[in-house]
Amino acid sequence: MSKKQVYIYKGFERFWHWMQAILIFFLAFTGFEIHGTYSFFGYRDAVRYHNVAAYMLIGLIVFTIFWHLTTGEYKQYLPTLKNIKAQLDYYIFGIFRNAPHPTKKTVLSKLNPLQKLTYFGLKILVIPLSVTSGLLYMFYRYPSKQGVSAINIQSLEFIAIFHTVAAILLIVFIVTHLYLITTGETVTSNLKAMLTGYEELEDEDKAEKNVNEKNLSTQNLD
Amino acid sequence: MKKIVFILALLGLIIVLIVGTLSQKDTEPTTLMKLKEKYSEKEKPSVDHSKFAILQQKFTSPQQVTEACESCHNMTAHQVMNSNHWNWEREEFVQGRGVIYLGKANAINNFCIGTQGNEGSCAKCHIGLGMDEKRTIFTDPKNIDCMICHDNTETYAKAPEKGGAPLTTLDFTKIAESVGKPKRSNCGVCHFYGGGGNNVKHGDLEMSQFEPSKDIDIHMASDGMNLQCVDCHTTKQHNIAGKVYSLSSMNHNRVTCEQCHTATPHKDDILNEHTLKVACQTCHIPTYAKGNATKMYWDWSTAGKLKNGEPYVEEDSMGNHSYMSIKGSFVWEKNVKPDYIWFNGTASHYLEGDKIQDTTKPLVLNQLHGSYADDESKIYPVKIHTAKQPYDPVNRILIQPKLYADKVGEGAFWKDFNWQKAAEVGMKDAGLPFSGKVSFIKTEMYWPVNHMVASKENTVQCNECHTKENSRLAGLKDFYMPGRDYSAIVDTGGKWLLILTIIAVLIHGTIRFYSYRKNKKEVSK
Repeated sequence: MSKKQVYIYKGFERFWHWMQAILIFFLAFTGFEIHGTYSFFGYRDAVRYHNVAAYMLIGLIVFTIFWHLTTGEYKQYLPTLKNIKAQLDYYIFGIFRNAPHPTKKTVLSKLNPLQKLTYFGLKILVIPLSVTSGLLYMFYRYPSKQGVSAINIQSLEFIAIFHTVAAILLIVFIVTHLYLITTGETVTSNLKAMLTGYEELEDEDKAEKNVNEKNLSTQNLD
Repeated sequence: MKKIVFILALLGLIIVLIVGTLSQKDTEPTTLMKLKEKYSEKEKPSVDHSKFAILQQKFTSPQQVTEACESCHNMTAHQVMNSNHWNWEREEFVQGRGVIYLGKANAINNFCIGTQGNEGSCAKCHIGLGMDEKRTIFTDPKNIDCMICHDNTETYAKAPEKGGAPLTTLDFTKIAESVGKPKRSNCGVCHFYGGGGNNVKHGDLEMSQFEPSKDIDIHMASDGMNLQCVDCHTTKQHNIAGKVYSLSSMNHNRVTCEQCHTATPHKDDILNEHTLKVACQTCHIPTYAKGNATKMYWDWSTAGKLKNGEPYVEEDSMGNHSYMSIKGSFVWEKNVKPDYIWFNGTASHYLEGDKIQDTTKPLVLNQLHGSYADDESKIYPVKIHTAKQPYDPVNRILIQPKLYADKVGEGAFWKDFNWQKAAEVGMKDAGLPFSGKVSFIKTEMYWPVNHMVASKENTVQCNECHTKENSRLAGLKDFYMPGRDYSAIVDTGGKWLLILTIIAVLIHGTIRFYSYRKNKKEVSK
């Protein structure tokens, strides 16, 4: 099996990933201070910083959606049920027996089926839940005589609780994510790839052939 | 290339918009700057009263002064006699009662209880020149006391227990020639001493505000803006704006912070949003009773103890009365953190003769209405004054005792120290039934705190309310507040989910580490 350095994560993708990482860490840190879990910046500054970071994240998300749609990269995240069992088997058994990864990483299919499912869930459920509840948190209005009555909300309680739920799910994701990136070819190969864009993958010619056969699939183990 | 140009153009536009909106703010003078300019201008009176011949005579009675005033101000008596300062009552609409006349004349409080039958003493704070129990004064314009409000010499003083008549030793001519707009001293001489002593009632109005420092009151500070009462309590034809909810029930003719500062005075939008549900006073008056202590508790049930047949007085560590034979036991507090309630500007009152429904709970004498769900309500700071005061356990009504008389034997508690007798005479004066039994009941009064506003550096900070422990708003449980409230299920569930995830990662990682070493050994073999 021949290996080759492949440019797998493009500039914008890496920028987006790391910006998102920083912003989510910062939002979680200030957010749980607002939640009353601890005190660090002071309540007022925590709220201010949290709001600024929230706008930055929303801006980033808008650009990223644009990027994914125009480049067609969104297809990477369309979930498939195929090979999910194989991937689970790998994480539960194969990984301890030094078995090979059940799916091959290629430029056009860089996510394994479990990643697809998880990231799809994040993009469709958790992030929208977080952003929507966050925007409502910022812009909800008490019932008052003036203003748009459609966004009047009787109680902050549900908004706040949904926002907390989304935050907890994101943190659980981050913990898992930080661990799973060590399960690449070597412990740091995934991290290096996200930093430099390059990863050592199977020979491109072979990989591309596979992809051409079954567009974007992870058929290699069939 | 086109893409880059497009992105650069978009970024440029965003930067211009951000810089534009951020830099706009400081170009116009703020409301606060305009207010400071307006109130730092000294008002010059257009009239010098000392030049009027009619005031240059030798006055021998206060009534003569009033007549002299009214000879020029010939429409004023009518205005004054329609004011609540004169009538001690005003028209109020109370939920469930309709329109009633409510005021000192007929309300019951949990300090000195009520004025009926005690006019000789209580009317020291009436703007008349001598009230008796029949209250005949109310019809004679000669009995208006112009000087109590308009004396600018600060020498005018009412005599004790003379129904509102002044000391006879005063230089009425000098006072009459000095008259002008009321100052803090004119208002304070009654309003700082309500309830029989300094700061007994309000907690936020007391003698340190005659000449307060900025620490006591940022508005009235003599070394600051030096505002007078009437600067905010604006007056039209002797009808003074503002009122206190011990005696008021309608959301009408109030003095508000917004009338000067607008409803959105902060630079920070999040703070401005708070004003929908939080009154200005809530954040801007962190503590009251800053100069001297205020009375928090009054227990009438211990009154009447005598030493060697004589009434006596005891003092607490701050030098305030802790016991008086004539009044009972007191608790005083200084620098008090207010209590907080939802309040929509309406109140209902216990009136003389009302049946007490539940004698096991404290009876609230002035219930302030409001709740989170009510659009008109905001969170307000209040002083809650509690008391134990006499009531008739058979008829279930509060007792209006006869307290004051000028001699022994008329049944007045302050002379005879006999509750049965004082209740019997007092209830007869008030025209109410009395069973002959006297018992004591816990009562509460709610006093919104409006004065003693702190400087902006000393306002209540976010985390004094937005905190899980010892939140100032811990008592208001009918809404969700970030930082204070949380869902126990979500927080506990989330904590365990996180812990289990970390454990799973650690176990997985450990097994991976050992199996990696094992595999490596096998390979090397």
